[in-house]
Amino acid sequence: MSQLAFWRSGSTRVLPGFGLSMGISVLFISLVLLLPITGLFGQLSELSLAEYFAIITEGRVVASYMVTIGAAAVAALVNAVFGLLLAWVLVRYEFPGKRLLDALMDLPFALPTAVAGITLATLYAGNGWVGNIIEPMGLQVAYTWVGIALAMAFTSIPFVVRTVQPVLEDLPAEVDEAAMSLGATDGVAFRRVIMPHLWPALVTGTGLAFVRSLGEFGAIIFIAGNMPYETEITALMIFVKLQEYDYAGASAIASVVLFVSLALLLAINIWQGRFVRRLHGGKG
Amino acid sequence: MRRIGDAPLVRRLLIGAALLLSALFLLLPLVAIFAQAFSQGVMVFWENVSNAFTLHAIGLTLVIALMTIPICLVFGVALAWLVTRFSFPGRRILQTLIDIPFAVSPVVAGLIYLLLYGRNGWIGGWLDSHDIQLMFAWPGILMVTIFVTCPFVARELIPLMQAQGSREEEAAVTLGASGWTTFWRVTLPNIRWALLYGIILTNARAVGEFGAVSVVSGAIRGQTNTLPLHLEQLYQDYNAVGAFASAALLALIALLTLAAKAGLEWRASRREAYT
Repeated sequence: MSQLAFWRSGSTRVLPGFGLSMGISVLFISLVLLLPITGLFGQLSELSLAEYFAIITEGRVVASYMVTIGAAAVAALVNAVFGLLLAWVLVRYEFPGKRLLDALMDLPFALPTAVAGITLATLYAGNGWVGNIIEPMGLQVAYTWVGIALAMAFTSIPFVVRTVQPVLEDLPAEVDEAAMSLGATDGVAFRRVIMPHLWPALVTGTGLAFVRSLGEFGAIIFIAGNMPYETEITALMIFVKLQEYDYAGASAIASVVLFVSLALLLAINIWQGRFVRRLHGGKG
Repeated sequence: MRRIGDAPLVRRLLIGAALLLSALFLLLPLVAIFAQAFSQGVMVFWENVSNAFTLHAIGLTLVIALMTIPICLVFGVALAWLVTRFSFPGRRILQTLIDIPFAVSPVVAGLIYLLLYGRNGWIGGWLDSHDIQLMFAWPGILMVTIFVTCPFVARELIPLMQAQGSREEEAAVTLGASGWTTFWRVTLPNIRWALLYGIILTNARAVGEFGAVSVVSGAIRGQTNTLPLHLEQLYQDYNAVGAFASAALLALIALLTLAAKAGLEWRASRREAYT
């Protein structure tokens, strides 16, 4: 009996495989994830600090940061609204085709980015199905930053939908029933009662969509036009430097991208951790 | 009791907007892929799919995916077992590290492998002097594919195994079952569907990876061209119908992935309804 109490308390390991699973995990993470990143720093160490800053602040590179960050921000904001709408409709309403719509949400994750890239480029080019209609109206999407934002929004929409959806599902019916019975209108009730529960998940999903957009490559390069200073994304700048065998230049720019995306990932993880703890604290 | 957004007008408006936007934004591209691929008839599509370079690209893509899956599977199961069955210092750090491939741009992923294992890299230089070439050859493609796909299995398993807890396994072990018996008889039946979905996701990403692979492959036709690289070359050569023929094959795999997911979810919801 006393032994039973002993292992329930979790102070000892009853289950086997700690050493084996720890060995495999640490070996794999070290070899596959961490070791290659050291290669980047090895390459960077061949640059002086002045050379490093000269590369990462060169005009064309800075222009690519602007294009990438601007388009990713627009894509993330559009997805915040569109994703919230889709999550709401999928959780709250019953209608024919709902299951299909739900399945369709994962398409951008399942579809290879290069396929998405050539398809969007073909659709929105001047002679494409969509370009045909919108270009006479003066709306140019292909080969502009709008096209870049569109491709980013396409590849990252599931992040928002799939982060908000479960939170909305777990929201008890009493929450909005109480608001409605007290006579609030839909708009006020949504803003005052639903949004406070939803916005941590919405911020997380939008943040993930933004990080994904910053690094996206395959879906964008076909529709972007890739004009220096105008429609060149940072991932493409790295690719161009590599094709010129300028490994030092590629590494310097890559280090900026890597640092920003890892910092954002860490921030999102901390944000999410805090929010999850608060939620559980509230329940207990 | 009326809930928020239940008024018929609001409801219709929101459903209508969601359907319209999804149709334009998500469904239209999907339709366009197949329309383009078959725009000159089934025969032309078939010729494009069955030419030697396309067949080679299909073969290489499948071989890479088949080699990636078991490696990611072993790692994913080991990591999930480790972080859900034991508590130890550094557990949260491991869980954060596993997300790195999701945050790193595919081009950067390809680059860091090229720097380390390329001819001028720390390891690549030594390998080169022993006549081993990893980059611009299939091993390089395999390595970056493992990098970008390794989180999927673990990501599917960890929440499930955390929710299930370790009581059943502990019972089996205290009754005298060995570690492997416990794993095969108790753990595996509980996680098999999540495991299957993890494999499906790994496969979808392995087959479709473009950015990382294009950095390390060299894209030599008939040698190191995967299907996504092959369709890019055709598209750049203004052979749109050929490019979309390959794209249609990849889109088909994507659709099968979505169908599998819907099927697994339907199964799970049915089981929930019974219990």
